[in-house]
Amino acid sequence: MLNYSLKRLASAIPTLFLLITFAFFLIRIAPGGPFDGERALPPDIEANLAAKYHLDEPLPMQYLRYLWQIVRLDFGPSFHYLDWTVNDLIAQGAPVSFTLGGLALLLALAIGIPIGAWAALRQNRPGDYAVMSIAMVGISIPNFVVAPLLILLFAISLGWLPAGGWEFSPSRMVLPVITLALPMIAYIARITRGSMIEVLRSSFIRTARAKGLPEKEILFNHALKPALLPVISYLGPAAAGILTGSVVVERIFTIPGIGSYFVQGALNRDYTLVMGVVILYGILIILFNYLVDLIYAWLDPRIRYDDQEAGA
Amino acid sequence: MALLEVRDLSVSFSTPDGVVHAVNGLSFDLEPGETLGLVGESGSGKTQTALALMGLLADNGRASGSVKFRDQELLGMSSRELTRVRGSKISMIFQDPISSLNPYLSIGDQLIEVLTHHRSLKRKAARERAVEMLERVRIGDPLARMRQFPHELSGGMCQRIMIAMGLLCQPDLLIADEPTTALDVTVQSQINALMGELSEKSSTAILLITHDLGVVAGLCDRVMVMYAGQEMEMAPVVTLFAEPAHPYTEGLLNSVPRLDRARSGILNAIPGNPPNLLQVPAGCPFSARCRHAWEACRERPAFAEVGPDHYKRCHLERLPEAPPET
Amino acid sequence: MNESERDAFDQALDTRVIQGRSLWVDAWHRLLKNRAALASLLVLVVMVALVIIGPMMSDWDHEIPDWDNYSTPPSLETGHLFGTDALGRDLFVRTLIGGRISLLVGIVATLVSLLIGISYGAIAGYFGGRVDNLMMRFVDGIYAMPFMFFVIVLMVIFGRNIFLIFVAIGAVNWLDMARIVRGQTLSLKNKPFVEAARACGATEMQIIRRHIVPNLLGVVIVYVTLTIPQVILIESFLSFLGLGVQEPLTSWGALVNEGAQELETAPWSLLFPAGFLAATLFAFNFLGDGLRDALDPKDRV
Ligand SMILES: Nc1ncnc2c1ncn2[C@@H]1O[C@H](COP(=O)(O)OP(=O)(O)OP(=O)(O)O)[C@@H](O)[C@H]1O
Ligand code: SF4
Ligand SMILES: [Mg+2]
Repeated sequence: MLNYSLKRLASAIPTLFLLITFAFFLIRIAPGGPFDGERALPPDIEANLAAKYHLDEPLPMQYLRYLWQIVRLDFGPSFHYLDWTVNDLIAQGAPVSFTLGGLALLLALAIGIPIGAWAALRQNRPGDYAVMSIAMVGISIPNFVVAPLLILLFAISLGWLPAGGWEFSPSRMVLPVITLALPMIAYIARITRGSMIEVLRSSFIRTARAKGLPEKEILFNHALKPALLPVISYLGPAAAGILTGSVVVERIFTIPGIGSYFVQGALNRDYTLVMGVVILYGILIILFNYLVDLIYAWLDPRIRYDDQEAGA
Repeated sequence: MALLEVRDLSVSFSTPDGVVHAVNGLSFDLEPGETLGLVGESGSGKTQTALALMGLLADNGRASGSVKFRDQELLGMSSRELTRVRGSKISMIFQDPISSLNPYLSIGDQLIEVLTHHRSLKRKAARERAVEMLERVRIGDPLARMRQFPHELSGGMCQRIMIAMGLLCQPDLLIADEPTTALDVTVQSQINALMGELSEKSSTAILLITHDLGVVAGLCDRVMVMYAGQEMEMAPVVTLFAEPAHPYTEGLLNSVPRLDRARSGILNAIPGNPPNLLQVPAGCPFSARCRHAWEACRERPAFAEVGPDHYKRCHLERLPEAPPET
Repeated sequence: MNESERDAFDQALDTRVIQGRSLWVDAWHRLLKNRAALASLLVLVVMVALVIIGPMMSDWDHEIPDWDNYSTPPSLETGHLFGTDALGRDLFVRTLIGGRISLLVGIVATLVSLLIGISYGAIAGYFGGRVDNLMMRFVDGIYAMPFMFFVIVLMVIFGRNIFLIFVAIGAVNWLDMARIVRGQTLSLKNKPFVEAARACGATEMQIIRRHIVPNLLGVVIVYVTLTIPQVILIESFLSFLGLGVQEPLTSWGALVNEGAQELETAPWSLLFPAGFLAATLFAFNFLGDGLRDALDPKDRV
């Protein structure tokens, strides 16, 4: 297991490297310097700024400097909010974004898995069709449509919940979390249903029935774990989906998270902020995928075994 | 009283192309401790017969007729009642041992749960019993095996474990569906030897499904030959091999390689294919391939007694001498 | 309707029966039995027709305001079937014009990603070995990245122009196709019938045309059907954030963005574009699912 986790970690490093390199050159090929924009700066000031941010050094030098910077998780100064570093902005937004994202992920798992399993047990019966059609609706309606509709219903018409604004309180979190979770619930339900049906058809489930175990025991002791493996694999993409979703959700509900900084940065052409967020998200996703792989290996004895074989 | 009384058992599957009649009015008895062989070509309905007894047919399958086990009707039994019979009074082992075991659970867990469920044993006691049983089926280092997972073991080892699992509750009946087909030849004979030991030493009756007539000769007391979901011939083993009474049985016997044949190495497989089970022919199901077929065979023959404990479903009085081999 | 039930039977049934029918005929029969997929196909045809013809039939233009009607609800009297927005522009025409852009982006960007994906995957699969290994590692690497953010970055850096949208979305969306094509190419390369064709003197082009393309066609069709809604979604996501198509052009995403801002006063300006967008995505997804079931009964999740 330790062996396996180290090997997986080693394979994550090139990906990180690719990500950072990609980010660096994207910024470099961006037309126009970071400081030309609405305010035209006098040439000497611009030269000063360039020197301050090492823009006057040769490219390979800059690249190495950038790498070293990222390794220390230093995303540099914001090119738009001149008094702020990107790290400051991220540190402000991160707790908010991660709270919402984490809650949404938990909610999606807690609802999606039982729904999917339920539908699988009623395969091709009306209940199954109903649930899966609703899930398809959930996948097809974008979150930037769902969010305004939820606001229209629960905030404007019913007046139960606030339409936007932020503080760490349940009433302000409900709608954003639901918006983030809805498509994931649908995906997880579909995945769980599909894999559960597959598992319930397998020979070892027939054996479990032949052993005289009651259906409930078969479901929980024999079928659930293999049926959940695809859900575990989905968690990586799901995390990426949440990060993307947070951009929309934070904007609609006017929540000061990383997502809204990101959009502001994009509209302001604040390259360092945008890149900082992209790299941070990239790192998070890579780490998350790594974690997911470990969980997977821990659940599936065959992967552990292959590793022992290879390691021995 | 017979242990198992199967009467007029039929199994059909509804499919988009029509109804597949896999088993058609099968009847047989099984005495306590007896070993009955069930042979027939692929698709003749052997597996579906066994699954129907266990109530394990696929969702689109339906069984009719009657299956009495110790005078208790199994068909139509509620799934709750069935769980009390399965694994405890009737066990079943399958063709592909590795995929029949749950890859995500240790061997120990899979054995123990049978005892904790049926015998209400504590885990510790159940573990001891399981280890004992592994020893009985000749598995070396059973304690280590208990901790392992199916993919870490060979096919033969997995089949031994399946057998041990089937015997944990000392069932009255063990159904073995081609237990050696998926295994290497050397392992096959080991498993067959184990099965033979079982049928001799224990009081468990065995329903042995197989393609291998050699195995039947070695292990079984009686044999039933199936074709198109019907019984063609049933006889004590010695009788069947010495005086086969049905052309299909004769065909099966001829297709077995034998050293005592003059021209060894030439197999006489039965020409043609089994009938389409979407539409089982009205007369003798074997008539399309039978070289003795004549007009009378348009009627379905009855399953009639031809000797002591010897039955066949054929219009022929007796089988003509086999033509000279070419 | 009983698609999966049918599939289960078919698998259990004697495979000879199935192989007798051709793959495509069989797939077509399965699809015809899938009423949800057929209905989706119908919805899409109607949608495309409406988007093309609708604006021509209407009295209104998508840019010119109706000075007498600002933010009026849908009504037959004013002639604004879907109402007007805060600037007095007819929402029926705007929704359909926006639909043109959304569908166009969906199709063009999908084709771009198809082109990149097929070339990349075919090259990797054809050469195999080390080249393949390296190329696929690169794909795995990009897979792990937050690609939506890269689209945004591309939009930010290169300006917001509609051609860039095609390319940007296509450029980050080709990974799946590359993987699929590579896998198929690898497995086909060594198939006996390809060897046989080669031995009979067929040229590489002929082999590709007769053997590789037909085998790939099924997956490509399913892929395209499922990628178009993804792309439409990405475009509308960008437009919603103000990073996609710019005025005077519009798209469903941009319209939803405008509508969301007038949520309290003019909910219809959200509901119509949102409804069209959702219906289209829904239909594409259902059709794609149906096609996948029809073409590859084993791989159905
Ligand atoms: N779920 C199902 N739906 C439709 N037909 C089925 C189903 N299961 C089995 N059959 C059909 O029932 C017939 C009998 O199958 P069965 O498995 O009993 O054969 P068998 O004698 O065990 O053959 P083998 O020696 O190959 O195991 C076959 O023609 C098979 O195609
Ligand atoms: S009944 Fe006729 S066709 Fe059938 S086995 Fe006997 S001789 Fe052959
Ligand atoms: Mg069988």
